[in-house]
This record gives sequence, C-alpha cells and structure tokens, in this order.
Amino acid sequence: MPEKKDVWQGTLSLMILKTLESMGPLHGYGIARRIEQTSGDLLAVNYGTLYPALVKLESEGVIASEWGVSDNNRKAKFYRLTRAGHKQVARETRSWEETSAILGRFLDAGKAAS
Amino acid sequence: MKPFRVLLWRLRGLFSNGRRRDSQEEIESHLQFHIDDNLRAGMALDEARRQAVLRLGSTQGTVEACRDRNTLPLLENAWQDTRFAIRQFRNNPAFAATAIFVLALGLCGSIAIFAFVDAALLKPLPYRAPSELVSIYESIPTCRECNLSYPDYLDWKRMNVSFSSMAAYAGRLLTLTSGPAAKPVRGARVSPGFFRTLGVAPAIGRDFPDRGDPAAAPPAVLISYRKWMEEFSGSSRALGRAVILGGNSYTLIGVLPPGFRFAPVGAAEYWIPLDYNGSCEKRRGCHNLYAVGRLKPGVSFAAAGANMKRIAAGLEQQFPDSNKGQASQLVPLTETVAGRIKPILIALLSGAALLLLIATVNVASLLMVRSESRLREIAIRSALGAGRTRIASQLATESFLLVAAASLAGLLGAASCIRFLLSLVPADMLAYMPFLEDVGLTSRVLAFAAILSCGAAAVFAVSPALHIGESGGAPGLSESSRGYSGTLWRRIGGRLVVMELTTTVVLLVGAGLLSKSLHKLLNVELNFAPDRIVSLLAVAPGKVYETPEKQVALAKRIVALLSTIPDVQAVGHSSDLPVSTNGDTTWIRIAGRPYNGVHNEVLERQVSPAYFSALSVRLIRGRFFSERDDTSQPKVAIINRAFADHYFRGEDAIGKQIGDPALKPENMHQIVGIVDNLREGPLDQDIRPALYRPFYQLPDVGMGLVVQTTQAESAVLPQVVSALNKIDGRIITLEGASMQSKIGGSSSAYLRRLSASLASAFAGAALLLSAVGLYGVISYSVRQRTREVGVRMALGARKGNVYALVLREAAWLVALGIALGLGASLLATRFLRDLLFGVQFWDPLVLASVALVLAAIALAAAFLPARRAASVNPVNALRAE
Repeated sequence: MPEKKDVWQGTLSLMILKTLESMGPLHGYGIARRIEQTSGDLLAVNYGTLYPALVKLESEGVIASEWGVSDNNRKAKFYRLTRAGHKQVARETRSWEETSAILGRFLDAGKAAS
Repeated sequence: MKPFRVLLWRLRGLFSNGRRRDSQEEIESHLQFHIDDNLRAGMALDEARRQAVLRLGSTQGTVEACRDRNTLPLLENAWQDTRFAIRQFRNNPAFAATAIFVLALGLCGSIAIFAFVDAALLKPLPYRAPSELVSIYESIPTCRECNLSYPDYLDWKRMNVSFSSMAAYAGRLLTLTSGPAAKPVRGARVSPGFFRTLGVAPAIGRDFPDRGDPAAAPPAVLISYRKWMEEFSGSSRALGRAVILGGNSYTLIGVLPPGFRFAPVGAAEYWIPLDYNGSCEKRRGCHNLYAVGRLKPGVSFAAAGANMKRIAAGLEQQFPDSNKGQASQLVPLTETVAGRIKPILIALLSGAALLLLIATVNVASLLMVRSESRLREIAIRSALGAGRTRIASQLATESFLLVAAASLAGLLGAASCIRFLLSLVPADMLAYMPFLEDVGLTSRVLAFAAILSCGAAAVFAVSPALHIGESGGAPGLSESSRGYSGTLWRRIGGRLVVMELTTTVVLLVGAGLLSKSLHKLLNVELNFAPDRIVSLLAVAPGKVYETPEKQVALAKRIVALLSTIPDVQAVGHSSDLPVSTNGDTTWIRIAGRPYNGVHNEVLERQVSPAYFSALSVRLIRGRFFSERDDTSQPKVAIINRAFADHYFRGEDAIGKQIGDPALKPENMHQIVGIVDNLREGPLDQDIRPALYRPFYQLPDVGMGLVVQTTQAESAVLPQVVSALNKIDGRIITLEGASMQSKIGGSSSAYLRRLSASLASAFAGAALLLSAVGLYGVISYSVRQRTREVGVRMALGARKGNVYALVLREAAWLVALGIALGLGASLLATRFLRDLLFGVQFWDPLVLASVALVLAAIALAAAFLPARRAASVNPVNALRAE
C-alpha cells in the first residue's frame, strides 16, 4: 500500500470546505473520515490539526457551528458552510483549476520534449 | 474584512469561558466516534480506545491549539500574568510597598523639578515669535548688562539695521491717587512701540499711538487685565477715565490681555509712556531705561550684536563725555527672563536625576533578590514547558505593575511637591518670574514622566530575566541550590551598592558645597550692625514737596518725630537702604589729577547726619556729616574705604576736592570723612567705591529710613508707619521690615537657601536609600554565609572575628563607593561653579566631611547584620538542611 501522504496545511481548508459543500453539515470526525475517503485513503488527516483548522475557518466566518445529535445519538458539534463559505469554495476551486492547468502545460511540454 | 472579523472573534473568545469547554467536549466526542468505528471494525474495547487515542495525538495539545486560535493569546497571557503578579504582591506586601515607595520617591522628585524646568526654560514666552526678541543692554566693565539713556536709545533705534522694531521700558513704582488716598502701585514706563515689538495687542481699547511725536501726545495709560477687573469691574466704560499717577492725570485708553506679563518689570499693572520731560531722560549720561528689540527676519543674533557694537563705538566717538567706555550687549529675551534661576534649576534637576538613579538601582536589586528566591519556581515552570519568552514576560509583568503603581504615586506626589515648592517662593520674587504661575503637570511634563517610567520598566524587566537566563533553570531544581546563586548575587549586588554609594557621595558633596556657600554668603561682611534696625522706604508726593527746602523740612520733621518713639535710639536715612543695590551711580573726577576721559563710576548716596551712627558704621578718618552741612555751607562728601583705597592710595583723602567729569564749580565737593565699607549692594556682589553726600545739600522726596531700637523690630515698625502717616497721610511707605529679615530674605540669600535645602533633601534621601541598600546586600550575604560562619566558630573563631569578617566585606564596598564618589564629584561639581560663593568646587573640608559621614552611616548599616552573624549558634548553622 502506498505511503499515506500527510495533508498539506494550506489545502486542508479547501478540502474541509469542499467536503461540507458536497456532504452538507458534518461533525469534525465525519469531515476527517470523508476527506480520507475522497482521497482514496491516500491522505492521512492529522486529527490534531483538523480542529484548530476548523476554529480558524469559523473565526473567518466561512463556516458556522452548532451542537447537535449524530445518527447514533451522540452529542457532536456540526459544521456547515455559510454563504461566504460557498463563495470562497467557488473562488478557490477556480484558482486551483487555473493553477493546475498552467502547471499541466509545463508538465506536458516536458513530457513531449523528453 | 477578514482580519477584522477574526479579531472580533478572538476578542469575543477572550471574554467567554465556554469555548474551552466546548473544545474539550468536541475532542471527547471525536474520540467516541473513532472508538465506535474501531469497535465496528472488530477491535476489542481496549484496543479500540488505544488506537483512537494514538491517532488523535495529545488531547490537551489539540485543546490548547484550538484555544490559541479562539482568543488573543497575548492579551490572555498578559491578563493571567497580571493576576498572578497581584497575588504575589498580596502575599508579600512589604516588598511591593517598599519597591513602589522608593521608586515613587525618585520619580516624584524628578517630575516635580522638571515641571519647574519646563515652566521656566522650555515653555515659550507669551509673545509673538519669542525667539526673535532680544534684550539690548549697554555694557561697561563693572556692569555687563546695564541700562541705557534715553538719547542713546533713540540713536540706537534710528541707526540700527538689525531690528524690525525696538522699544524701551523701565519698571517704576508709581503713586496712584484716588480721592484723598494715595497708594503705591507697580507700573512701567514704556516707549510707544513696546507692545507692538512684543507682538501683543490690547484686549480692549487701543495701544499707544505709533505716529507723531510721542512727547506731544496726551498722557495715556494701559492697565493690566486683572487691575481692570479689580478697579473697574470689567466695565467697558472704564475707557476714557482719568487715572492719577504720580500727581499727573492719564487717560485710560486700553486694557492688556489677561495673563500678560513682562518679567523684567515684575507685576506691573499700570503702563504709561516714558517721562520725556524727566531730567534724566534729557541727559545722555543718565541711564534709566532698558531696551528690547525684535530681530529682522534673516538677521542672525551675531550679526545684530556686531551691528550694535559698531553703533555704540560710533556714539563713543561722537559723545566722548557721556559714552566713553560704553559698549553694547545683546542677550536673548528668553535668557533675560529665566537666566537667574537657570543654573539653579539645572543643578536641582541633575540632583533629582541622580536620586532617581539610586532609587532605580535600589528597586532593581530588590527585584533581583526576589527573583533569587523564585529560582525553584521558575525551574519547575520551564521543566513543564514554559518557553523563555513566557517566563520573561511574566517577570516583566511584575515589573510593569510596580512601575505603573510607582508612576501613579510619583505623579500624585509630584503634584503636591510642585505646589509646596511654589509656596516657598516669596510673592515679590514670584512677580519677577511670571512663568512660574502656571507650573504644573503639563503635557511635556507628563511625556517626561512617561519616558522615565518606560526607562525604569525596561531596566527592571531586563535585570532579573538576565540573571535567570544566566543561571538557567537547572541549578534551581537541586535540593540545596544555594551556593551558585549566592555568589552571583553577591557580585552583582555589591556592584549595585557601590553605584548607589558613588551617586550618594556626589549628591552629598553638591549639597555640602551649596550649604557652605549659603553659610559664607550669610556671613559676608556687612560692616554695619544689622540687629535691632527697622528699615523702611518712604516716598512723599513730589507735587506737594516740590522745593528742596520743603524736602529738607519734611526730612527733619520725620527724624524728629521718629526719635520720640519710645525705645528708638537713633534715626537716619539714605537715598538707598543698605544691602539693596549697587545701582544709583555717578561719575567723578578728582581735581588736580590728569584726566583721560575715562568714566570713574562710583555709588552715590545722599544720607542724613545720623545715618552712619544709626547703623554703627565705623568712621575711619575725618568726621560724619552734621546738622550744619546744609545748602548754606560748602559742599562736602564722605567716601568709603574702597573709594579711598582705589583713588587715594597712599595719600590722605581728607580735604581733597572731587567733582563731575567736567569739574563744574557748582558740583565740587570736599572730602571730610572716610567710613568703613558699608555693604550697599547684594550679598554676593563686591563692595564698590561709594560717595556719600549730605541729604540737606541734595534732598529728595524719597528716603530709606533706618531706625535703631532697643526693642523688637516688629513692635516698633507699626509705630514708625503711623508716625509717618501722622506727619502726612500722603506719604507712601514700603518694604518695612527688620534689617535682618531684609538681608536674609534678599533674593540672592533666598535662592541660595532654597537650593541648599532642596539639594540637602535629595542628598538625605539618597543617603537613606544607600544605607538601606547596603544593609540589604550585607544582610543577604550574611544569610548565605551562615554555614560558613558556623564552621568558623566551631573551629574557634570568636565573635570579634566574625564581626571583622562581615564588616570587612562592608568596608570594602564602602571604601570603593567613597573613592569612586569623590572622583565623580570632582568631575561633576565643577558645573556648580556658577552657584558657589566663597567655596571652591574641590573644597577639602566638604569632601572630607562627606566621606566621614557616609562611612559612619554605612558601617552602622552593616553593623546590624554583623551582629546577627556574630550571634549565630554554630550548632544550628551546621545542622544539615
């Protein structure tokens, strides 16, 4: 099994937001598990840094939290995207896609040349 | 937008406690979810839990990381530190109280003195562009900054190219007549452009007219704002009213702005034009005015000085009789106003700064000793993970709190100090220092206080942190962690005490020199007997007593009536009282000698026959004046010893003829007597040659009365005043006092006494602080060496040896401190030269006494710990801790 790469700090925020966008409100554990799933288990989320990252996002106002009850009746803190959050996701997605497109050209060019 | 939002979030987190609990619960629920998943995957409960915990990492760490994002860690830490520091102070109030008191003492002195420095030297004068204003003096060898004559002033004004405007002024005592009553008021005579030169316009009404011949204008008067409120209740109908000054009627044309002052004329309230018809104003050789000018833009002070020098030289050529030897002297107006007390203020500020230095060093050593006792606590903290910055900031918080409390106390103390010091300045001196009226905690003073506090805080924050940084945390943790830290403190503590002692020596020497100067000044030779003498100035109305005959008759009546007062032994009068001024001079020329036109300036006084005997002045040769020396007799004169020594060395002056520079026959006098050098001028000025002439031959309306009594002066003075009133109610009396208090209260004596007292207060406080500091260091060292002393005693040392051991250590510190201090004071006190009188700045008596006093007190301070060491029980000391 290939080594699980550590999740880079900068992209963790985007992954959290994207997860919330597609999955709707989730608690912290759920977000972490979903990220690992989406990456095809190639990424290992450091749970210790997940929660501070969630606090940061909440302080910036892109997500909001409230206490609720999970499926199996456990008390948990659920996070959801705010309107500002939706806008941020769209913005960052666009920016990443542009970046990887430009990078892709370089890599293709390199491949063609070699 | 985002950073602001984040900040708000963090601020909210600062004040709510719930978030930490939230994080805790959230992490726990996370663990539960993970454990559930693990259980579903088939692990046993133990394994499930273990895996979940491993994967999460440190729970506490995660909660802390969340907390760091949830609040402002900086503020929260600071708040925590503050609460902790306050708790520490409550546990050890003596330490906090001492530190705050000592520091507040140092700050209070510095802030209070700086407030005076600010008011006198830093605050700009209340005129337009005050840096352009210059005092213009005439200058002769015996009087560098001297008054001018009116004709000279006119020529200077006309011929100069450096000043955009120039004006003349003179402070005068005027008689205000309202109805039948006459009272003396302070006023000033000024040229028409005076207020315009200063850039001040009347608040109400108008200024003196600028155009036309000033001598032809109707006499007008401007009054001060305060007088306007007092006499006319602030009514605008006051304008145009007549004010009778000196028997002449003046029309009130304007009121000056509130708070207007011109220091050289003191508390003048009535401002009238120059006396264009005065006999002095008509003569170029009679000097009774001062001048002030405003520099033209772009003209430098030096250029103006050169310009005026040339003009003075030109006048010297043109009018050799009156102007020979007269140069000019320019001084910035700011210096004229505050020049007298500038050296004193600077000296006092230096003294206060030194005291603050001692206080700071004292508190710094207190803090260091305290940080010593906390080494263990700090070692534990750092072992638990506190970073160096965090520990340092906690120590710094303590220092900041101490400094903040001390600054507050210091400011409050300074406010009272300022009021107290201001109350020590007598009212008539205050009139000539109007800038002192609003001395207080201005913004500049507060800024100065803030700078001092920040400096002190920086010193305190750094010193214990350095100390701890040096020794690190490890030694603090061992069981008997004493030896290492003990020596460290002894080294640093000793150095600090030596610094304190050195500074104390400098302060003590300064105070000693100033006190000795005061003593010398007060014991200067008066050459008359000041005890049991009542002195008083009396001025009769000039319009009533116009002729010399009337003036002589009045004087005789006054002397006769005063002599009938019980217990009065003698009555005399002179044109100026003794110990008042070296002014009122004249030029003389001695008949029968070659004359090169140089001005021989001597004091001139007109005295009654009994004057010298009333003052018990010694007659050296010849005779005193008698009742017969009046206008029917040839003119006679008495000279003082200085005159005889200077002009008649080796000859007998008696019988010689002297006169004015032109040797006009009507002004020739024959010298009939030589008296001792009665001190006419202030205590700190030289005795000048003086020429005395009989009042009956040269009478006047004003006289300085001296009344010799057998009773207390305070009992006789009122009787003298009422006697004068009985003779003529219009006679004005001024400055009635006993001669001793007049001398003691003269400004030169007073200012010296004030500086000597303040310097001594600083020195005393410094001595106390140093003694306490030394006591602290020796005490601490004794505590450290208890075991060593125990061993020595067990090995046979006696009490005396132990005393010697401790006192040797103290003596070394004290000797070093005194040696360095004496050296430092030799460097520092040379700046006191301007203030010293009759004392050299290296005066050996003062230096020796300071060394002795400090040594005695310091060794006394070391004695107590020495006694404690000597009474140590060796068994207790040797017992293992």
